[in-house]
Amino acid sequence: MTSLRFYINDELIEESEASPNTTLLRYLRDRRGLTGAKEGCAEGDCGACTVVISGESPAGEPLLRAVNSCLFLLPMAHGRRVYTVEGLARNGTMHAVQQAAVDTLSSQCGFCTPGVVMSLLEAHYRDDLESNPAALDDQLCGNLCRCTGYRPIREALVRIAGKGQRDDDIAGPIRASPPVGRQALTYEADGELYQAPGTLDEALSVLAAEPRCRIVSGGTDLSLEVTKAHRRFPRLLSLENVPELRAIGRDADSWHFGAAVPLADIEQATADTFPPLARMLRYFGSRQIKHRATLGGNLCTASPIGDCAPVLLSLGARLRLRSREGARELPLDELYTGYRATALLPGEILTDVTIPLLPADARASAYKVSKRRELDISAVSAGMLVRIGPASTITEARIAFGGMAAIPKRALAVERELVGRPWTGEVVARAVAALEQDFTPIDDHRASAWYRMSVACNLLCGFFEETRARHLPALPPLPSSTLNLESAP
Amino acid sequence: MKLPSPDDGALLHRPSPHESGRRHVTGEALYVDDFPLPPGTLVAAVGLSPHAHARIRHRDGAAALSVPGIRAVFFAADVRGDNCIGPIVHDEPLLAEETVNCVGQVVALVAGESSTACRAGIAALQIAYDPLAPRLSIEDAHAASDFIGPYHLINRGDFAEGYRRATHRIEGTLHTPPQEHFYLETQVALAIPLEDGAMHIHSSTQHPTEVQHMVARVLGIGYHRVVCEVNRIGGGFGGKESQATQVAALAALAARATNRPVKLWLDRDTDMAITGKRHPFRADYRAGFDADGHLLALDVVLYADAGWTTDLSPAILDRALFHLDGAYFVPAARFTGRLCRTNLPSNTAFRGFGGPQGMLVIDTILNRAAERLQMDPAEVRRRNAYADAPRNRTPYDQEVRYNRLPRLFDELLPAARYAGRRQAIEAFNAGSTYVKRGIGFQPVKFGISFTKSMLNQAGAYVLVFTDGTVQVNHAGTEMGQGLHTKILAICSAELGVATGAIRIMSTSTEKVPNTSPTAASSGSDLNGQAVQSACTTLRHRLIPIAAAMLGVEETDELTFASGLVSLAADPARSRTFAEVANAAWMARIPLAATGYYATPGIHFDPATGTGEPFYYFAFGGAVAEVEVCSLTGQYRVTRVDILHDAGNSLVPSIDRGQIEGGFIQGLGWLTTEDLRRDPAGRLITRGPSTYKIPSFGDAPTEFFVRLLDRAAQPGVIHGSKAVGEPPFMLAISVITALRHSMRACGDSGSGVELSLPATPESVLRAITRQRS
Repeated sequence: MTSLRFYINDELIEESEASPNTTLLRYLRDRRGLTGAKEGCAEGDCGACTVVISGESPAGEPLLRAVNSCLFLLPMAHGRRVYTVEGLARNGTMHAVQQAAVDTLSSQCGFCTPGVVMSLLEAHYRDDLESNPAALDDQLCGNLCRCTGYRPIREALVRIAGKGQRDDDIAGPIRASPPVGRQALTYEADGELYQAPGTLDEALSVLAAEPRCRIVSGGTDLSLEVTKAHRRFPRLLSLENVPELRAIGRDADSWHFGAAVPLADIEQATADTFPPLARMLRYFGSRQIKHRATLGGNLCTASPIGDCAPVLLSLGARLRLRSREGARELPLDELYTGYRATALLPGEILTDVTIPLLPADARASAYKVSKRRELDISAVSAGMLVRIGPASTITEARIAFGGMAAIPKRALAVERELVGRPWTGEVVARAVAALEQDFTPIDDHRASAWYRMSVACNLLCGFFEETRARHLPALPPLPSSTLNLESAP
Repeated sequence: MKLPSPDDGALLHRPSPHESGRRHVTGEALYVDDFPLPPGTLVAAVGLSPHAHARIRHRDGAAALSVPGIRAVFFAADVRGDNCIGPIVHDEPLLAEETVNCVGQVVALVAGESSTACRAGIAALQIAYDPLAPRLSIEDAHAASDFIGPYHLINRGDFAEGYRRATHRIEGTLHTPPQEHFYLETQVALAIPLEDGAMHIHSSTQHPTEVQHMVARVLGIGYHRVVCEVNRIGGGFGGKESQATQVAALAALAARATNRPVKLWLDRDTDMAITGKRHPFRADYRAGFDADGHLLALDVVLYADAGWTTDLSPAILDRALFHLDGAYFVPAARFTGRLCRTNLPSNTAFRGFGGPQGMLVIDTILNRAAERLQMDPAEVRRRNAYADAPRNRTPYDQEVRYNRLPRLFDELLPAARYAGRRQAIEAFNAGSTYVKRGIGFQPVKFGISFTKSMLNQAGAYVLVFTDGTVQVNHAGTEMGQGLHTKILAICSAELGVATGAIRIMSTSTEKVPNTSPTAASSGSDLNGQAVQSACTTLRHRLIPIAAAMLGVEETDELTFASGLVSLAADPARSRTFAEVANAAWMARIPLAATGYYATPGIHFDPATGTGEPFYYFAFGGAVAEVEVCSLTGQYRVTRVDILHDAGNSLVPSIDRGQIEGGFIQGLGWLTTEDLRRDPAGRLITRGPSTYKIPSFGDAPTEFFVRLLDRAAQPGVIHGSKAVGEPPFMLAISVITALRHSMRACGDSGSGVELSLPATPESVLRAITRQRS
């Protein structure tokens, strides 16, 4: 029987008794007496539980990553270094990020502060975080504070971002760590089994032997069942150590993303080169969530408001599925069969997602509308792509929405109205009317049916306006809207 | 900003770090849920009503009691003392009796060895209900005439005459939104049974004395057998003023019965489901203006949704009525208020305590008037703001003394370049099809004092040790607002001791008894004075000792500073504070002293609706700018300029934090915080995934806060002013700015209709109406 081996604040931990359904937060607080990390919500939205773990860049370079310990199952810590707020000071001297937080009065009641400090810690050692307001917002949007109004926290962040030394006594050990993952793990405790095989074949064997085991990779969705519904999964199959599922590649005509690639890595890889994807990922969730949430997970949970699906539908993404019986390809359009239901067969795993590069004649964008700009669930999200041929004729239209139906889906009637016609405001206005054929949205606490339909119409009109000047428009650093119309006439 | 270190000496009127800052950032700061538990501690969990209104037909805990690990199950009949925890009116059972009156009302309590056992225990409870028809809105309660208490009235002048003379009449109804406190630390208490029937409670409460009292009553023992101690609170905002009591009393009930320590901690879903919110109000108003935008007469009927019990609602309604005038002189006023009883969790104190709701009414009316008269809303505000006599008396006939409003208009508007920016915005809007901008100004006048006059008192107990170190006990609780930091500054200044030699003790009912809640922005005013008074007593005891040591007369002036007691005329002649303290002990002089303070001169007569309920007023002003997308209704607050009157600020860095934090919390109330219930009265938005308080990117990147200079307030500790609540209402500037942007989207002819909170959906609806 394997025990879990990992470090907490540089102390080697060997754990063989805690249930694999234990979250890292509960483990730290209840079993290690480390009460710095707090439970403010147990749903990954407040960030008071934030800790930093060793992770790795897509290139395999070890680095620090802030994660929500409330959604991080203990076996996921295997092979990693974990830092909590208690582990940063040295010989009574606070770490630079702690000192900055004190000096700026970034704490008032102090309850969110340990999480804020850990997000600051990651920022300190990031080398891609300049004083770019969008990146700064992204870095801290997963830490709610009810007291300060955030101004001092922003000041602390600006002071310390990117200032960390790569070889100091926090970053040094992490950077010297062997790459995490890649090591197969079978951990059983409390009658519960957590398997994290090191190859796809092993993963498929496990799944074939026990088709009802739950698949997990980052755990940001599945762990909610543990923390909110108090479920305990008797068997979990983790895909996060399967190298084939963690590859990012790009060839002449497509991007290829392994299903277990965290969204933060996709965001980093595509940030400057693929505006539609970048726009969606910017507001997908917090940094902590994007470090763990995976593309495959977001697609396969089949939520009607999963934010990856609409943009990928518009981009014509294709999925590769594997089982012991073999492999098959499926257009993303065919994945969703009903509310929270997919075309995946028992024993089948989504292995990778192929996104065609945008043709030169394409105009494409992605949108997300929610009550709060950051870290909120969409009322409506959308991905839109049109190709404009000679004489301004629309040769292809892929207009997809989330939040408008039981599944993320394309607006086929709208697309029919567009294709073959010229790309003009009049044609778009006519096509908008067809949205009512495609969707009958619902009223819920996020938005009314009226709002969903109105916004869907307006997003399509806005897409037309927005792509007049630039075919692949990006968002400004501090957008006031998901539509970038500041320069539109 | 270079902050002084703890050994730098007096910090008064200088920026200083938060007293617990270092402990916050290292994880050393302990909250109740972090405490190492005494051996044998049980945890508890609550069984909640699934119905908004029902009769309990049957309850049986036998099956729950047989769940492994469950040690005790409690219903109302198991309470030996008084099963009632209503803070003002005795109308709130700790555990439900014959009926349940809201979803989430606590019906049962289980205590067990683990939270897993407790969950299983709760699931095994057998409770049967006969559902009754619930009342879930102000309108439901009104229709059934189900009110709490009498009408509250404030009348001044002849409304009918003023309204008749008005050239512009504005009528309407405003619904102010509820708000969840969302303190990051949920409600929690640890009850430890002691010998001789005593009970020690660690609670996350703003009102330790009320916890002490209610625990004693529930257990049927004297107050002297209960100690309530508060180390720190992870955010309160009013939500832990009266409503921390229930959790503490439940923990104590189980601790007494099992004779084991019991911790009750509510997870976020449970906390949000069962605790009260900021009261939503309905305001029916009629206002008359002259052609120049002067308000002549105002009639407002306020209905507050009190929820199912009285809680603090009468005082909240009073404060709403006291703030219906906003920052403006109302020549003829008829203000009426009524509390509606609904089958919802009992709404409670929340930063501003009704004041924001009242102010939102008058400022909405002024915005509508400005739109009707095609005037700049800031100009309408200037014309109506309190000024010299006779335009200086409130509708409840209190004179507005030390009126800073003229200075706010004269200093903030130019500093924020309000007029120029407003012009530039209108030019921008004229040339922009989809993106519209807006700017708004908000003046705030907020009355400082508990409107229940007897609460305006505080005590302190300061202990000096023979090495010259000091422990300070006072009546206030530290919930993040920086009270302890201010007390530290005060004590350090009074005794001339470095802050590193002073320790602020946890708040405890065994050190300072019969305390008021830390609420109503009063913490530093009341406790600061009490601590000052204790320190003065100690100084007077030490002066003869020091004088003898220095070989001077007792009447010679001595200064206490930098850890020394020295002769004012010749500072080289000095002894250390420690030497003096030790000498005092040798001379058998007591080195511990109490201090007390009661706010003078305040009174209010509800029968006439007149008096001086407030010791003074706090003032502030904000200019906010927004950029709105007229296709989605999404928007961003792009810049905020605040000039706030904190008097001669005790610790400016702390006050700035209150101002910024208050503004953003007010912004949340008015914009993203959209509390939703289903038709059966169940709260749908029960966690941060669905209930959206402002996040990092919602704070404007251009956020300029300045404290009003030369503004020392007479009669308040070191010339300072209360600052906890007033800045909350500065956020109304954002609503004015949004309305400005919407005016650029079209003209419906009937003015902007923006329902609150101003979610993107609400904004898009308003824009759509403007365009129709």
